[in-house]
Amino acid sequence: MNIFEIEKASEELKKKIKELKEFSKLQNIDLSSEIEILENKLKELQRDSFKNITPWDKVLLARKIERPTSLDLIKRIFDNFIELHGDRLYKDDAAILGGIALLEGKPVTVIGQQKGKNTEENIKRNFGMPHPEGYRKALRLMKQAEKFKRPVICFIDTPGAFCGIGSEERGQGEAIARNLFEMSNLKTPIISIVIGEGGSGGALALAVGDRVWMLEHAIYSILSPEGFASILWKDASKAKEAASLMKLTAQDLLDFGIIDRIIKEPIGGAHRDVDETAKSIKQSLVDELELLRNLDIETLLNSRYEKFRRMGKFLE
Amino acid sequence: MINLFKKRQYVTVPQKVDKKEEREEKEVKVNIPDGLFTKCDDCGKIVLKEDIEKNLMKCPNCNKYFRMTAWQRIKLIIDEGTFLEYDKDLSTLNPLSYPDYEGKIKKLIDETGLKEAVVTGEGKIKGTDCVIAVMDSRFLMGSMGSVVGEKITRAVERATEKRLPVIIFTASGGARMQEGIFSLMQMAKTSAALKRHSDLGFLYVSVLTDPTTGGVTASFAMLGDIIISEPNALIGFAGPRVIEQTIKQKLPEGFQRAEFLLEHGFVDLIVERENLKETLYQILLIHRG
Ligand SMILES: [Zn+2]
Repeated sequence: MNIFEIEKASEELKKKIKELKEFSKLQNIDLSSEIEILENKLKELQRDSFKNITPWDKVLLARKIERPTSLDLIKRIFDNFIELHGDRLYKDDAAILGGIALLEGKPVTVIGQQKGKNTEENIKRNFGMPHPEGYRKALRLMKQAEKFKRPVICFIDTPGAFCGIGSEERGQGEAIARNLFEMSNLKTPIISIVIGEGGSGGALALAVGDRVWMLEHAIYSILSPEGFASILWKDASKAKEAASLMKLTAQDLLDFGIIDRIIKEPIGGAHRDVDETAKSIKQSLVDELELLRNLDIETLLNSRYEKFRRMGKFLE
Repeated sequence: MINLFKKRQYVTVPQKVDKKEEREEKEVKVNIPDGLFTKCDDCGKIVLKEDIEKNLMKCPNCNKYFRMTAWQRIKLIIDEGTFLEYDKDLSTLNPLSYPDYEGKIKKLIDETGLKEAVVTGEGKIKGTDCVIAVMDSRFLMGSMGSVVGEKITRAVERATEKRLPVIIFTASGGARMQEGIFSLMQMAKTSAALKRHSDLGFLYVSVLTDPTTGGVTASFAMLGDIIISEPNALIGFAGPRVIEQTIKQKLPEGFQRAEFLLEHGFVDLIVERENLKETLYQILLIHRG
């Protein structure tokens, strides 16, 4: 069974449990032991399904339409979030949102790539694929954060930067490059969290952080598995195979030293309990920002530089 | 083993062509098909390969730019006898255990005489010192893996230490897919090194040659204080085929060419190959502190 078949089986179990509960209430019969057996079975099913989860399962989970988006998490983690729009150069890109907020009473700048919850919203959000103006808005807000000495928190969730005529005309490459360049030396702490899909340079453009974290079932890669398979094997249908080879899971990337931390998701995935997911992220953020705020800026910037400087495998 | 020194002797630049150099030119392995003649894919004319080489790798008939190898480029730009290569033994690993990646690299090493897709070092342009990196598209489309990223980063860091300007010639299809996430991280690494170099007030000139796309465009290619391009070079983030597949329509003529980028404000100037060295020299001169 893959995770979605298991999910279907657990939905059926849940329905049965609910029916039993209603029946016992209505008829005033004690069915608690039967219910308990079913509940345990449900837990076991969900736990087992995630024991053997494949990289491809994670790709599907990361892209799941029910998965919490940046906005779902921002609303739960921060107080007084005020969204700020536009790059001051061309327009406002709905695929990246940003603004200012409080985290446990302390000011922060929050930026996130935003996917839609349905087709209509996805069209507005361009399926979370930013144009150059999205990256330039993000950079504007980061520079603003630097000025007012508040940390930057980035939520990453994109299939990749958009590939189209307008994005080329307005310099997609330049916009991403500029973010990498400026973020590498932005004089305020940056924490980046991959919450769903971390696709290519379009994800990296928000991920040059002091800390880079991933949700347990998020993915982060050079390209989508479909793109990888079609470039290297001229066959996009081999995406499943590509997903295993690419080492795109949070666990692989932690082993490689590409990310610093995995934030656990509720059993069944982040969409099963968005409040719980948000709570875990919030706790990590509060603790880590406390630490980062206490570093002097030179130490912070040197260790950010060294962090990315070390990445790469070669023979001397 | 490959003798790099010998390779360098092959390289042709028709500055002063004496009999001896001409004889050496015939041994040159360039990125045009084997044989004495080649068909120009722009004008369709059959031309002597030797004539292309003597013409700075341009078609003698229609002036189409063929791609130059890294060593041809260095010979064109850097004063003879002044080039000192950096990190020439840095070599490729296979971090994802990608099937037969080692074999592919070994074959490319044999074919090109290069160890990876970039040559870095320092040298003089009309007597002025600079650090230079030159990519070579024959090596897996000039894609950026860990070695390319590391060599460029080290070159930039040395330039920062030595307070020298950096010139990078780009020619790349983008990321080195076979190295996965490690390839992606080279974009951040190289950009960060350039930021440090820049913050100390040093000059960086990028020279974009055909083709410059993907992760190289989205990092050091677009970060020059001055960005030069060769005429008609393909420059973009996404490759044209990917865009056509995404938007399901044909792309307009000239889209993503150097002239298109100049028009849209992403390139400072387009310079003909024969004027590159002089232009770079003039730029270095103006920035000489
Ligand atoms: Zn021609």
